Amino acid sequence: MSKLPSRRDETLGGYIVHGLPFPVDSDPDSMAFLKKLTPIQIEQEYKITYLHSYAQDSPWFAALSNKRLIASRDPEYGTTYPTPRGHDMYSGLETEWVDITERPANVHAFTVCHFGSEEFLPETPFVLALIEFEGADTLLLTRLMGVDPQQASLEWIGMPVRPKFLRNSKLKPTDVYFVPA
Amino acid sequence: MRPVYAVSGGVSKFAKARPDKNFQAIVKEAYDYAITDLGLDFPTFTQVVDGSVASYFSDHFTRQLMAGIMAQDYLGLVPKPGHRVEGGGATGGICFQEAWKSIASGHMDVCVAYGFETMSHVETWKGNEFIALASDVSFDYPVGGFYSGYYAMMVTRHMKEFGTTVEQLAAVSVKNHINAYHNPYAQKRNRYTIEDVRSAPMVAWPLTRLDICVMSDGAAVTILASEEGLRKLEAAGASIPRPLVQVTGIGRGTDAMRMADRPHLDYDFFMQNYATQGERDSDETRAYYKRLWERGTRYPGVHSFRAGRTAGNMAYKMAGLSDPLNDLDFIELHDAYTSSEIQTYEDMGLCRYGEGGPFAVSGKAFMPGIDYGLDLPEAPQCAVNPSGGLIACGHPVGATGLMQGVFAIWQLQGAIGKHFQDKTLQVSNARRGAIHSHAGTGTYVTISILERVD
Repeated sequence: MSKLPSRRDETLGGYIVHGLPFPVDSDPDSMAFLKKLTPIQIEQEYKITYLHSYAQDSPWFAALSNKRLIASRDPEYGTTYPTPRGHDMYSGLETEWVDITERPANVHAFTVCHFGSEEFLPETPFVLALIEFEGADTLLLTRLMGVDPQQASLEWIGMPVRPKFLRNSKLKPTDVYFVPA
Repeated sequence: MRPVYAVSGGVSKFAKARPDKNFQAIVKEAYDYAITDLGLDFPTFTQVVDGSVASYFSDHFTRQLMAGIMAQDYLGLVPKPGHRVEGGGATGGICFQEAWKSIASGHMDVCVAYGFETMSHVETWKGNEFIALASDVSFDYPVGGFYSGYYAMMVTRHMKEFGTTVEQLAAVSVKNHINAYHNPYAQKRNRYTIEDVRSAPMVAWPLTRLDICVMSDGAAVTILASEEGLRKLEAAGASIPRPLVQVTGIGRGTDAMRMADRPHLDYDFFMQNYATQGERDSDETRAYYKRLWERGTRYPGVHSFRAGRTAGNMAYKMAGLSDPLNDLDFIELHDAYTSSEIQTYEDMGLCRYGEGGPFAVSGKAFMPGIDYGLDLPEAPQCAVNPSGGLIACGHPVGATGLMQGVFAIWQLQGAIGKHFQDKTLQVSNARRGAIHSHAGTGTYVTISILERVD
């Protein structure tokens, strides 16, 4: 039998309190007693909406929304980056775009996340994978579907995979994910 | 450049949460300890110190910009010069090195490096989200940003290429937790077994909760000085232990933020640019690496930290050492994950690439005289994380690299018994040690060498 939880999950939320106990008289004893009190902790919300620009990488996201996967390529040496970059790391030259949708691809490394950042906790367990492509020099971080997260295995490394695309693009890198080929 | 001495240090208690004090006051705990250990009082030290470097990682955790100046003013260091440094998990190590530069350059004679993090102000999974924002927010974070997941991917590749096992990872957790049992500063002081580590809740396969460090509130401080600084401190009444502790080498490396962008270099390029002198000089090791590359290994890929190798080679050269396993008596190593300790054994040249797993269970990195409940075939040679490391001490990010500096100073002063009220973790006749600080998936790595000057 699996171990039963012995502790309740806690949140930061609490009651709204107006006014706290405090000594009526400011005599030295009560002032000294203030040193013995536990701290006051309050909840502070912090919420921001950013206008994030994909800038020179924008065509990569536009490609995903059209069910294509493109990569950056150095115009002189051909170094190819499935995770795009506007300029090549070695030549410093501005890269060009190349379509890699149909290239043979394999799992290079993976994990199954049973926990995650708050934003992704509801999606656990999920599989993260780095994908390698034939003729490309770097990798692409993605979600891997079509494998059982409860049966993680090193055998998944090297497995041929192919991209699949969300029908309705969300303009995020998760518009593409990979499945066993 | 002038010789730089590490004369004193202090560490606050690392704890899950410290609502009793704000970050400035937690820094002051560590600061007061370092000053008191020199035999000075606060106003006297304030007169002698020339300036500072502040270390903290995330403005999100404090929900406060320019927290550094708030610590500076709380410590009474205004209007002296100071600045904040930031480099993820390596922030503390970078801070230590920037303080070193302040002294070595002649800009200051006495410089205090202080660091802190208060991570308890948000829930654990929100904290993980903050940390994950230290990955590319266009291409990494939205896919499922989670640092434990990133490191887990690195180790699955290490396991696949080199045959590293989860039990070898777990041995690191057992070692570091059991070491910390004797360290009163540690957040977690528990004796675990390999089975405990493997049966802990799975976080990111194959890493369990006991393969991963915890978040903390805490602070640490180190005081560095030139020879002139030693004279000034002693003229003010400081008692600086002899033999002195000198920082004899610093090294730092970097790598691409996105793991996906790391190169996959061939054998010749690796040998020319990244192999240690010892690896280049050995026919047997060259043949070993040739075989690895023939089997498909490329460097660094995602299984190794090129920044760590770069930092090590640089620091070793400066300190004049060539055989780290024998030349170093201990290492305080950034073990945010058991896997990254194993990968770092290789980067730091304690063993060859691919041999980190067997090295982890060889016994060479363990402390003598401690019962780990493990069958270790070889004698201890270079204690790694005698303090218990991040896994057991906690990882209040901006403080961590400086905490390592403090523990290294105390080891080389032979003063662990004094500060821990327990001599178990004192490395016998410690002459030379290294501190290793490491940021997100190996983006920034610092290695500093500290030596006893006999």
